[in-house]
Amino acid sequence: MTHLVPVLAATTVDTVTFVIAASVIVVGAIGVVMSRNPVHSALMLVMTLFGVAVLFVEEDAGFLAAVQVIVYAGAIVVLFLFVIMFLGVDRDENIEEEPLRLQRPIAVVLLVLTVIGLILVGVNAKWAVGPHSVAGPVTGQPGGDVAVLGRSVFTTYLFPFEATAALLVIAVVGAVVLARRPRLDERAGGDASTDEPGPTDEPGDAEEVAR
Amino acid sequence: MSLGGQPYLALSMVVFALGALGLLVRRNVLVMFMCVELMLNAANIAFVTFARMLDDIGGQALVFFVLVVAAAEVVVGLGIVVAIFRRRRGATADDLHMLKG
Repeated sequence: MTHLVPVLAATTVDTVTFVIAASVIVVGAIGVVMSRNPVHSALMLVMTLFGVAVLFVEEDAGFLAAVQVIVYAGAIVVLFLFVIMFLGVDRDENIEEEPLRLQRPIAVVLLVLTVIGLILVGVNAKWAVGPHSVAGPVTGQPGGDVAVLGRSVFTTYLFPFEATAALLVIAVVGAVVLARRPRLDERAGGDASTDEPGPTDEPGDAEEVAR
Repeated sequence: MSLGGQPYLALSMVVFALGALGLLVRRNVLVMFMCVELMLNAANIAFVTFARMLDDIGGQALVFFVLVVAAAEVVVGLGIVVAIFRRRRGATADDLHMLKG
């Protein structure tokens, strides 16, 4: 009886934490999809990411929780907000009007089919089968999950790790090339009018700005 | 950790479905990117849950790589959005039909 009480307490705490974090995640996700204003979507995304970080803490992945907050909430969402402000699209859009008539019904049907398929898989499958601790155990190691994860990334997953380094370099170069404005002498030979964001581009522009 | 893996995986399923729905119905390219992030996060929840269920660090290492790929994807995607925006005002996906043959 004495050892039962801590177990029960742990279960209650886990359940309450999970329920709160899950509600935060789901509300944030619905907010991302339903907000008219892209800035509100980005803030709702922050909410979801914090909920996911809480779940990571609860699942013994403290390092990933920290990385989640720093990289996702601190870098990626700030990048989103920066681009939203930079482009000046931070005004409400009309999400009721849908130019493609069948898009919404088809999307909902596809979503329902996807959820049904996932539920069928979930009901029929045994979720996690196979040998345990192939790449190394998480729990019961000296140094906690940080040490285990670091050792694993630099030994078992060394090649993917180097590949992600190459991927990041390629992404940075790509972003610089994409965001670069062509110089005037390069532009003179080509179609100069396409580089300017002015309202004289095409007849459709005024209508788009109004929308 | 006494709570089983099933609630986490169900939550992951719900978040993935919401992200997919948003990607299908929204027209703002930036919001569509955010929905892709939602789907990646759903996959991350599932990876960490499997790592816990199997007591295997591989799942957490995969989350690490998913984070890197998400960062690269966002950087390149937003670069493309900025480049497109310079040519045409408007960040809706329906307006990007100039590649049509």
